[in-house]
Amino acid sequence: MELLWLVPALPLMGFLILALAGKRISKPFVALIGAGSVALSALATLVVAVNFFSYQHAYTQTLWTWLEIGKFHSDIALAIDSLSVVMVLVITFVGFMIHLYATESMSAEEDGYSRFFAYMNLFIASMLLLVLADNLLLLYLGWEGVGLCSYLLIGFWYKDAVNSRAAMKAFIVTRVGDTAMALGLFILYQELGTLRISEILRLALSIWPSGSTIAVISSALLLGGAVGKSAQIPLHTWLPDAMAGPTPVSALIHAATMVTAGVYLIARMNLLFSLAPPVMIAVAVIGAATLLLAGISALVQSDIKRALAYSTMSQIGYMFLALGVGAWTAAIFHFMVHAFFKALLFLSAGVVIDSLHHERDMFKMGGLRHQLPLAFWCFLIGTASLSALPLITAGFYSKDFILWETLASDHGSIWLWAAGIAGALFTSAYAFRMVFLIFYGKERSETVHSITVQPGIRIKAPLIILAALALIAGFVQMPGTLGGLSLFSAFMSQSLPLTRTVLTAISETAMQYLSATISLLGIFIAYIFFLYNPNYIRHFVQKPLGFAVQCFLANGWNIDRLYDILFVRPFVFAARTNRHDIIDLFYQLIALLHRVANRALCASQSGNVRRYAFGIAVGAALILGMVVFK
Amino acid sequence: MANALKKRTPTMNNIPAEYGLVLSALLFVTGLIGVLARRNIIFILLSIEIMLNAAGLAFISAGSKWGQADGQVMFIFILVMAAAEVSVGLAIVLQLFHFLRTVNSDQTNTMRG
Repeated sequence: MELLWLVPALPLMGFLILALAGKRISKPFVALIGAGSVALSALATLVVAVNFFSYQHAYTQTLWTWLEIGKFHSDIALAIDSLSVVMVLVITFVGFMIHLYATESMSAEEDGYSRFFAYMNLFIASMLLLVLADNLLLLYLGWEGVGLCSYLLIGFWYKDAVNSRAAMKAFIVTRVGDTAMALGLFILYQELGTLRISEILRLALSIWPSGSTIAVISSALLLGGAVGKSAQIPLHTWLPDAMAGPTPVSALIHAATMVTAGVYLIARMNLLFSLAPPVMIAVAVIGAATLLLAGISALVQSDIKRALAYSTMSQIGYMFLALGVGAWTAAIFHFMVHAFFKALLFLSAGVVIDSLHHERDMFKMGGLRHQLPLAFWCFLIGTASLSALPLITAGFYSKDFILWETLASDHGSIWLWAAGIAGALFTSAYAFRMVFLIFYGKERSETVHSITVQPGIRIKAPLIILAALALIAGFVQMPGTLGGLSLFSAFMSQSLPLTRTVLTAISETAMQYLSATISLLGIFIAYIFFLYNPNYIRHFVQKPLGFAVQCFLANGWNIDRLYDILFVRPFVFAARTNRHDIIDLFYQLIALLHRVANRALCASQSGNVRRYAFGIAVGAALILGMVVFK
Repeated sequence: MANALKKRTPTMNNIPAEYGLVLSALLFVTGLIGVLARRNIIFILLSIEIMLNAAGLAFISAGSKWGQADGQVMFIFILVMAAAEVSVGLAIVLQLFHFLRTVNSDQTNTMRG
């Protein structure tokens, strides 16, 4: 257990080495440090996790006192319990897979190679700090750290202005949420006098009654932070643009780990959130709305990575839905499974993109399954898991868990469940649409001939391992109707409360048949419209109405434009109006007065001796006159 | 008579002090007009001398009116001061002419604000 500090320290060390000496190190050595530090961190995690599994109690390691100002006290302290064990395992292992993949896929970079791995290591360190933090201040440090790395890596190819703009957009939009979260921390400290997570939860539970205003406000502010980081409505617009970064970045930060930080935050503060039922409802509704909106948008994307980004938003929407109905374990389970299959999807999409010389338009692909068999199978497995193909994929178990709890929980409702089911239909439709567009259909000669190199072992190994995980990771948690294996939820029950279920008359088996049918129906729809007869869509899009609908959905329901009108333009207008600083006018007036006075007095300094003499004479006469005729 | 003569003869006390003062005022105004009206710096210096002498005359008149030596002492001071002033002033005029090639005071306005 004492090795816990090594887990975030090793990637941080890797970052420091690469940042300070990266230019002087040869590329293989950079790769060794970059991926090696994460590998060592994963090993340290493994040791800690094995220890944790055998002792089964939460452990806190206080490293040193960070801040001590008056009564305020904050430690650099790492805490581990079953929730953070799962998070850390996923971050380090999936992170290592992606680092390994990146050592090969980023090898075309010359100057940026060490910079890339430095940022990636810093990201892993910050993310580990985020999930291991014992107090909210340290968590916030990690939270901002991952935000910074996200910014740096989205704008990795900074010479293209589009990428820099996407990076700024991501940073600014998440900043809105982060500000709300910071306010939440202030309120929590003000009210409870501590930022230690365990104490906050204990005090809040004993002081605040359920539904009290202060609990609602503080958890709503934390929710603001979570919404920004996890790209949920209304702060979701940055994620599709964030795909401007390199593909391993999209896989690591914008699919597997960072964007789920919001899910972690809510799960970590679960007792606080359950004191605020209105916020819980808001979480569930935000999740349901996002999963539907993003799922529909993903159906019409032509850029492969944007489609995956919308898919990520939609899947995180499922996690929020689960959190909102109090199904904490289901959310974390889906987080884990999603990390596996979405990293897999991004990495195999990366293989396709790299093979086609950075072509990301799915309509220019087609028939690639013979040319890129490994990428095809891995993408297919990822897609199957994403669309919750029954029984054989991990996604089925996690999504089924969420859907069932949404229906059965005492916070759940039939409407939220219906949104989830509808989302499942969209999910399997857009997922298999991608497969059909990329790997089936007509082979295009120009793309086929451009494939020259097949991926090497450092790309193949992560793909195969992640594919295996995307298939089998679900078997640790089987629903009651399929053997009722509950390793995962039993493990998580140490740190997360169980979902309070109300008995319903609906049979779980029937629901599973329904969701399986929905999943298969989605695939069938994708098959009909995108493989069997693409002309239906083509004819529809050619009509003006169809074209408008397509544009509307492809632009993410035009929410970017809405924000542009609501926030950006008024701000730019105000900035333009105030270009010469209205308040500054007052000071300019003072300066002007002085300048006028100066000019007037300058006139008296004519340099003409006779005039001075005249002045002296007049002055003397005046003084004499005053003396004489007083 | 002799007594009256004796009374009168002790020199210039028979000239009233007002005459001296009026003359000094006239001289002063003449000098001032010269300072203000002339452009040539040498003439300005001359006019200043006239003004100084006017002041000196005023001191002498006042001194003689009150029968005290202070007025004459002050006049000696003024003479010394005028000598010093003229030596410095003429040196400045020489330098001025050396640099600017003019003794016209209206053209020596390089210090204007």
